[in-house]
Amino acid sequence: MRAIAEHPLTTRTMLLNLGPSHPSMHGVVRFVLELDGESIVKADCEIGYLHRGFEKMAEQGSYLTVIPYTDRLNYVSPPINNQGYCIAVEKLMGITVPERGEYVRVIMSEIGRIADHLTCVGAATMELGAFTAFLYYVEAREIIYDLIEAVTGARLTVSFGRIGGVKADLPDGFSNAVHKAFARTREILVECDKLLSRNRIFVDRMRDVGVFSKERTLAYAIQGPFARANGVDWDLRRDQPYSIYDRLDFEVPIGDGHCDNYERYAVRFAEMEQSMRMVEQCLEQMPKGAVAVDESGRELTGADLVEEAKRGHTAQVQELRVVADPTLDGTHRGEIEQVTCPDKHVLLPSKEATYGSIEGLMNHFKLVMTGHGLAPPAGEAYGVVEGANGELGFYVVSDGTDRPYRVRCHPPCFPIVAAIPEILVGHMVADITPIFGMVNMIAGELDR
Amino acid sequence: MAETVACLRERFPAAILETHAFRGDDTVVIGPEALRAVATFLHDDLDHGFEILMDVTAVDYLRRKPRFEVVYHFLSHRRRERLRLKVPVDGKSPVVPSLCDLWPSANWYEREVWDMYGVRFEGHPDLRRILMYDEFVGFPLRKDYRVDKRQPLVGPVN
Repeated sequence: MRAIAEHPLTTRTMLLNLGPSHPSMHGVVRFVLELDGESIVKADCEIGYLHRGFEKMAEQGSYLTVIPYTDRLNYVSPPINNQGYCIAVEKLMGITVPERGEYVRVIMSEIGRIADHLTCVGAATMELGAFTAFLYYVEAREIIYDLIEAVTGARLTVSFGRIGGVKADLPDGFSNAVHKAFARTREILVECDKLLSRNRIFVDRMRDVGVFSKERTLAYAIQGPFARANGVDWDLRRDQPYSIYDRLDFEVPIGDGHCDNYERYAVRFAEMEQSMRMVEQCLEQMPKGAVAVDESGRELTGADLVEEAKRGHTAQVQELRVVADPTLDGTHRGEIEQVTCPDKHVLLPSKEATYGSIEGLMNHFKLVMTGHGLAPPAGEAYGVVEGANGELGFYVVSDGTDRPYRVRCHPPCFPIVAAIPEILVGHMVADITPIFGMVNMIAGELDR
Repeated sequence: MAETVACLRERFPAAILETHAFRGDDTVVIGPEALRAVATFLHDDLDHGFEILMDVTAVDYLRRKPRFEVVYHFLSHRRRERLRLKVPVDGKSPVVPSLCDLWPSANWYEREVWDMYGVRFEGHPDLRRILMYDEFVGFPLRKDYRVDKRQPLVGPVN
């Protein structure tokens, strides 16, 4: 006894490196944790493992070539990214999208949001050991991806948005397919709800874990479902409505004041139902019509575009002499500048027009050749949409040429990940998994 | 909307270099020396001020003087409006005061601007690279950083 009194037990904190590759993390991120036993005393978070230089690449090509890059930001809900970028450029150019185009965008965005939430809650439950529930969620996600595939032809990298509209109209029978898919998705959600929402193990690991107050949430500029679960009553779709969201009837689920992981799960769960309601309303309200406009704001179909070219808007093009570059890399810029057609269009012609008529081909080339194409007036615009994780903003600066001078993407999960070190303090190591799961870090948009 | 801009004009007549509302985005351009005062005003004094600093970024206008522009996007849920603040900074040794103590969200955003553009934020508690690795040389989003430039891969430190 005397010996113990003379040499009291001393403890030291331990440094633990979690990641960058760890089985309980969907995404590459590294935590450096200072541990006292199993409690976290201090945490640091290192990101950037998936940095691909999106913003630098966006400055290299034309305004159109940025669209495929945006797919790869949040690769779980790419239609929302497409829409966000297109809204920013449209704002810069001052053009509006026809009504039907807006409806198609909203339908695709909301379907994308469902897929995103399914992935988030599905992966998070799997990391807590609920593998059965995960398989249910993935089944629902496959059904949702089938819908996306039916419209865009791709499951993840959809590149569906276009400046001035969308790539194509909805396919025949899409409405029926949606009703069928949603009926099955709802069934699955009911089953998952029964499996998880009152499951003792699940609730014990989620309830009162990762508590983060409303004030700190706002201080960290966190938006989206994470913030709504923490009591921030704000949804861009309702509070600063863009597109046609002001015509839809939906509720914004808010947390019940616990500000914990369970609320984040519950809010996402409730949002999926709201998204499905929105899609159903859109399909009912949707007008028939064109999905694209020309520069003056006139609605155009692919066939009209060809007609337009046939009416002589390419006269100047035919009269002038174009000298091809010997390297076949393109044409000399000096020569090309004389061929600038006064009637510039915003939208890429349909593939049928491009491959089927010389006018369509010219129109296409006029939009994609360096030195031509979309050239918004010099200026800047911040376009913003409600992403699946929060506010997704694109700040686009134009210098009047056909290449964006600067494209800044404000990624929704960046502020949430910035707050993780503060959220983790005081928790156990095992709590990292549910906290991180509910942050829903998407490395593609976080690191860009 | 323009009320905030008018309010700022009245309060800081000398500091405001320019204002515009191109495409409906209220924008105020101020010098770096006035940034702290204007930001504190927006955060604390303004009625229902801007509780959210949504984004901090920069633009490199290579041939312009001053060369850089640091761009702040604010959002107020209570006022339901947004405000853009632009701060032109010199290209030689770009420095702006940090806003970390007012909005904690500024911490990582400012680190990213430092990482990508080499703009220093005075008073930032932990100004390190965030997306690039520590051994990286140069600032990749500057206009004079070539897009196809390669740097040797740096292995583990120990």
